[in-house]
Amino acid sequence: MCVAVPLRVIEIKERDPAETGGFLGPVAIVDVGTGQQEVRLEIVDRQPEPGDYVIVHAGFAIHTLTPEDARKTFDLFEEVERITLESS
Amino acid sequence: MMNLQDGIASGQPADARRRRDLVKALLLSIHRQLASISSPQKIRLMEVCGTHTMSIFKHGLRHLLPDRIELISGPGCPVCVTSPGQIDAAIKLSDIPDLIVATFGDMLRVPGSQGQSLAKARARGADVRIVYSPVDALQLARDNPDRNVCFLGIGFETTAPVVAATLKMASQLSVNNFFVYSCHKTMPNALEALFSSKESDVQGLLCPGHVSAIIGEQPYGFLVEKYGLACAITGFEAEEILLGVLSLLKQLASKYPFVDNCYPRAVSPEGNPSAVAALEQVFQPSTAVWRGLGSIPGSGLAIRQQFKRHDAESHFGIEIEEPNKVSGCRCHRIITGQIIPPECPMFRKACTPENPMGPCMVSSEGACAAWFKYGGERL
Amino acid sequence: MVLLDHGSGGLASSRLVQEIFLSRLSNPILNELEDSAILDIGQQQIAFTTDSYVVDPIFFPGGDIGELAVNGTINDLAMKGGMPVALSLALILEEGFSLDDLERIMDSIARASIQAGVPVATGDTKVVPKGKADKIFINTAGVGIIEIRFPLTASRIRPGDKILVSGTVGDHGATIMTRRQGLEVPGQFQSDTMALHRLVRDMLELSGENIRCFRDPTRGGLATTLVELAKKAGVTMEIAETEIPVRKDVAQTCEILGLDPLYLANEGKLVAVVAPDVADELLALMQESHLAPEPAIIGRVVEQGIMPVVMETAIGGKRAVEMLTGEPLPRIC
Repeated sequence: MCVAVPLRVIEIKERDPAETGGFLGPVAIVDVGTGQQEVRLEIVDRQPEPGDYVIVHAGFAIHTLTPEDARKTFDLFEEVERITLESS
Repeated sequence: MMNLQDGIASGQPADARRRRDLVKALLLSIHRQLASISSPQKIRLMEVCGTHTMSIFKHGLRHLLPDRIELISGPGCPVCVTSPGQIDAAIKLSDIPDLIVATFGDMLRVPGSQGQSLAKARARGADVRIVYSPVDALQLARDNPDRNVCFLGIGFETTAPVVAATLKMASQLSVNNFFVYSCHKTMPNALEALFSSKESDVQGLLCPGHVSAIIGEQPYGFLVEKYGLACAITGFEAEEILLGVLSLLKQLASKYPFVDNCYPRAVSPEGNPSAVAALEQVFQPSTAVWRGLGSIPGSGLAIRQQFKRHDAESHFGIEIEEPNKVSGCRCHRIITGQIIPPECPMFRKACTPENPMGPCMVSSEGACAAWFKYGGERL
Repeated sequence: MVLLDHGSGGLASSRLVQEIFLSRLSNPILNELEDSAILDIGQQQIAFTTDSYVVDPIFFPGGDIGELAVNGTINDLAMKGGMPVALSLALILEEGFSLDDLERIMDSIARASIQAGVPVATGDTKVVPKGKADKIFINTAGVGIIEIRFPLTASRIRPGDKILVSGTVGDHGATIMTRRQGLEVPGQFQSDTMALHRLVRDMLELSGENIRCFRDPTRGGLATTLVELAKKAGVTMEIAETEIPVRKDVAQTCEILGLDPLYLANEGKLVAVVAPDVADELLALMQESHLAPEPAIIGRVVEQGIMPVVMETAIGGKRAVEMLTGEPLPRIC
């Protein structure tokens, strides 16, 4: 029920309330391939740093992951492949 | 070795060949695991989340999985489980003069009990706007101080914190013409209701990946302890879904069910405490009416007193009238996993995406919409 | 009542055409419902077509409503083998529409017309009160001369044929959707609006009758076009997801918004169904042409099965590709 995608963080921007018309809180600038998009960080579990990835749902980051975190899924895959090859 | 750079966050290997090799390995493991499970003959696994339903079809996974495995859709489609009364109320809101109704695209075509919809209301002159984020709706309210803006809040624990954060902003900035009509629901109590009724003989559950990113692993514990269900928190790529299915089979083979986090890149065991905190600050549990499951205490989210001034339900005096069921509509049996769409007599006949009888067909994630669009039973 | 879905090129549009238009206007030429009508005038065959342009926003990365209006109608002629001779241009302007914007659009129209070598021969302008039109609506009609001696129609498609596409899909639709959803960022992808008549001419020169038909996958996208062709031809099309060219940034944007590039409009691409023996030579021709940026053979035609279009997914699975009811909507769930 949740369309959410991982996007790479390019920079963290502190918002100037005067400039943003009062919207508070920092945002992450993420790379969306077509350019850049602002993602809100009010409810993220860990504040991201440039180079991290954030999972974005409806304009908000809901999870920060490092390349090491992303690796975890590949570890699971590699495990499956290893077992499959071993028993072939 | 996998090319980490390109695949890094998406959870899938970068090149097509690698993906196919991996998928083959996963399928082979699934076949082997299946061989070691002697009974029952049919393994019934429920995928709770509508996005899983769509992903399974999009990748053509049903075609690849062995026939012994039956994948059933569950009540994880927020639009599908929104009660007809709430849908009628949302449509009635659009009739209010000078009110802008802002909604996710998912709700636009959903029919109410009288055959109305927000799309039709818009055609008649109602101001209905599609937004990508509730913050866009908040901005609409700020840009149009002489009009009221009501955002339709649908979605589970992934979306509710987003709406909660938006309501906090609205409150901080005193945007008093911004309202939310909360149709939000939470999963655990609904799952309890589903399995306690014993109407679906499901053995394993693919748990919703992004809901879990918020609530963590712990809330699914009761499914294991009380109902002996195998559980796998699952991601949305084809490979990740197969990984989840494999985990469920392993659990069934070993007769040792537990909550297996197969989506570790997105789900921490403790979930996302900031999101949960925002949700709990703004919403409180309430009784919600789920299409197909009926009234379930503690499964809805109502706006707390502190934020009541932004609550559309109280401000606009919304009265919910649950109509009599649309005769023949079997959505309630679809989302509880009792039947699959081809087993509904109206499927592809009286009920099509062009002329939907119920939300399972018109919702972008409804099981019936998926089966129809992707030719589920015909390939 | 009329809904936006009726204008989206999907099932609702088809129903409207069948039930309200064809039931009253039926004639052998119209009933074909092709990109343009083929008229016999003396010894000559003429292609004749019309299209209206109401896109919002009117300016977008890669073009504007004016350029669309010229290229779109030229392409409709070209898909039937009609080499365009001239266009008509009718404008409906909303009171209060900026003259600067009007000039900008006219500049685009002039540029597109010159680039394509197709003059605007006649025109009309109307102005309606504020609120009665959305800034500017454009209608263009076109006539072209058919130089080939065989028809380009779906009915000539047969099992064994190959399906080609001239470049990446979804670019135009994705550009429009992102602008509408307020992802207002300077993009790397943009509308692909382009006149394709010269490409069609070159392809016909090379392979002649071995080309069964062309279609430009506009509203409804590649998926809708293929389903329509397959149904009309009474065949099934088998396509491979890995062969369909999609820009990475378009794919990513679609993921974010919950859209499917197969259903998004293209304004500078064509689909060609061709005899199997000429597929490779046509691919080579397209690869040399700047009018076909990333051509590919995406599938083949087989005997009619249960579903009109079946796709092998990237991971080796199988799914049907159907027509949408109405316009694609961004989704969150």
